[in-house]
Amino acid sequence: MSTAPVKIPRWVDVGLIPVINIALAFLVSGVILFAIDVHPLEAVEIILYGAFGYDEALGYTLYYTTNFVFTGLAVAVAFHASLFNIGGEGQAYIGGLGVGLGILALDPYLPFIVILPLAILLSAAFGAAWAAIPAYLQAYRGSHIVITTIMFNFIAAALMVYLMVNVLIQPGSMSPESREFAEAGHLPFMHEVFGWFGVKVTPSPLNLSVVWAAICCLLVWVFIWHTRWGYEIRTVGANETAAVYAGIDPKKVIMLAMCVSGALAGFVGINEVMGVHHRLLLNFTAGYGFTGIAVALMGRNHPVGIVLASLLFGMLYQGGAELAFEEPKVTREMVVTIQGLVILFSGALAYMMKGPVERTYVRIVGMTQRPAAQEG
Amino acid sequence: MADLLLNLLLSFDATLRVATPLVFCAMAGLFSERSGVIDISLEGKMLAAAFAAASMAAVSGSAWLALGTGILVSICLALLHGFACITHRGDQVVSGVAINILVSGLTVVLGIAWFARGGQTPSVGPEARFTPITLPGAEALADVPVIGALYSELISGHNLLVYVAFAMVPLTWWVVYRTRFGLRLRAVGENPNAVDTAGISVARLRYTAVLCDGVLCGFAGTYLSIAQNAAFVREMTAGQGYIALAALIFGKWRPVPAMLACLMFGFLDAVAIRLQGVEVPVIGPIPVQLIQALPYVLTVVLLAGFIGRAVAPKAIGTPYVKER
Repeated sequence: MSTAPVKIPRWVDVGLIPVINIALAFLVSGVILFAIDVHPLEAVEIILYGAFGYDEALGYTLYYTTNFVFTGLAVAVAFHASLFNIGGEGQAYIGGLGVGLGILALDPYLPFIVILPLAILLSAAFGAAWAAIPAYLQAYRGSHIVITTIMFNFIAAALMVYLMVNVLIQPGSMSPESREFAEAGHLPFMHEVFGWFGVKVTPSPLNLSVVWAAICCLLVWVFIWHTRWGYEIRTVGANETAAVYAGIDPKKVIMLAMCVSGALAGFVGINEVMGVHHRLLLNFTAGYGFTGIAVALMGRNHPVGIVLASLLFGMLYQGGAELAFEEPKVTREMVVTIQGLVILFSGALAYMMKGPVERTYVRIVGMTQRPAAQEG
Repeated sequence: MADLLLNLLLSFDATLRVATPLVFCAMAGLFSERSGVIDISLEGKMLAAAFAAASMAAVSGSAWLALGTGILVSICLALLHGFACITHRGDQVVSGVAINILVSGLTVVLGIAWFARGGQTPSVGPEARFTPITLPGAEALADVPVIGALYSELISGHNLLVYVAFAMVPLTWWVVYRTRFGLRLRAVGENPNAVDTAGISVARLRYTAVLCDGVLCGFAGTYLSIAQNAAFVREMTAGQGYIALAALIFGKWRPVPAMLACLMFGFLDAVAIRLQGVEVPVIGPIPVQLIQALPYVLTVVLLAGFIGRAVAPKAIGTPYVKER
């Protein structure tokens, strides 16, 4: 077509193409379900009911969502500095360790109101510290952040097994778990919170950390788009050479972005250790750090997108459990599969649909003869 | 003394068995990364191949058919990685993560749907596996001191794939350093512009490289499920793909040093169980977890430049954009 070049409006790039990519991921997931003799539409129905149909389910969905918001934000902040933090899993693990150690040391002496801010601080500090080492090695020693964060996930796992089995285990206990925290170290469940106001809600693991997750979204939005640090992070992410000319030190920015990222991942520990299990145990991160990658890619590194993507994955986790219960042929791992497909289509193959979609758009605009730039 | 020697010999024997999938994967990663394509999906391809091979072995009862299926599935994933990173210039790390996560879910989903054994495949008999081979003369030499023990205990008595793995190392060396393809492979990982200017297709070279990668990961997975074991178990790769990646970096992207790193990591794994509870002077008992984490720690230390310097191929991670 030899018409004048048509400007592609922003909503095609920001809205349409991501939606198409996610649709493709779900289409392939549907094909997989179909291949194992499960009717995809029925599966969707079960998942939706299982995730939102009654208040306990909704509680579980939001509880998963909370974790994904933390890890999604963590991955996103690093992405803004064009760093790929695969270490969310390890940082969340160590963040939880920080929470647990703090509460185990303090809960006989201090009231809840003092322990809570300390626990938040400790989870952030431990998570940030675990991210700071790979960040330092990337910034000052030239090693690749992806490789080092992967290695740190494994090191974190080994460290936690050692600590739980040899040091923190409750004497006389068979399973590697610490003693249960005293009441002062429990973050209230949402059903308890509702109970204070006389509203009866079915118990679920959903706890107050969901509020903290919402606050974090807001803080990250302010941090990335309305502070100097955020500006520096985005500049380094967009063009490191230009950043240097603008007087920004990329090394410091790498450290900053990764520490914030690690701190956010560490908050998973608040939800899991302080909010749900009330003790230190193994494997409480359960792959949430990796889901954060899918969440950040799907939410295009923006808090609003991350909340939506987290809700979707929260729904898939909870509804997927329900589906596994209803349909013996389906297991929870189907959700992991979908997660992989989402990362594939909205991450690795993000540009695949760009050309075709833009060409189609140009053709449609050309046919309807409308001035193209009006929506831009 | 003889007891110690025998123990050591058995440890080395176990080392070879543990190191085999690592060697396959390290050589696989070498092809891909030398061409400029980061491959953190070694783990996923190996896991997929392990599942495919075990399923095929269970259904057909033929080890060779199983090997073929494992390789085929691994190649498909490698091509998917290539399609994302080479054709569509997607992020290589993201693509690798996607494949790893996808496979870790899909193998369990399909495993339960097909075999209904909680994600495992049925155990297969010796006829559908690669079983240990006794090399000629091993029986006869067994009583000869030193050499006999070495030959009959250490070298003989592994399955075919172990020998294939260690044969792959000189083969990889020869391909990468002594053939025209190898020269171009190394060039395209360092300076794709130059290769393109010489009239050679960068995309085609990189596709060939990920194809080699796929074949070798297929061997690794098949080894895990129907040579070392007799069935597929969920998540049976257990991070070995990442250890192989670490070994590749440790070997500075060269075949023989990478193999030595695999052997070292394999040895650590083999002695970890034996060292449990052993008291070491000054330090006290060694935690097994420390030994298990050692490959990762060592790799981080190496990458930090404290023991030598590991310099990656220059063009690694950057998609090639032909000038328009």
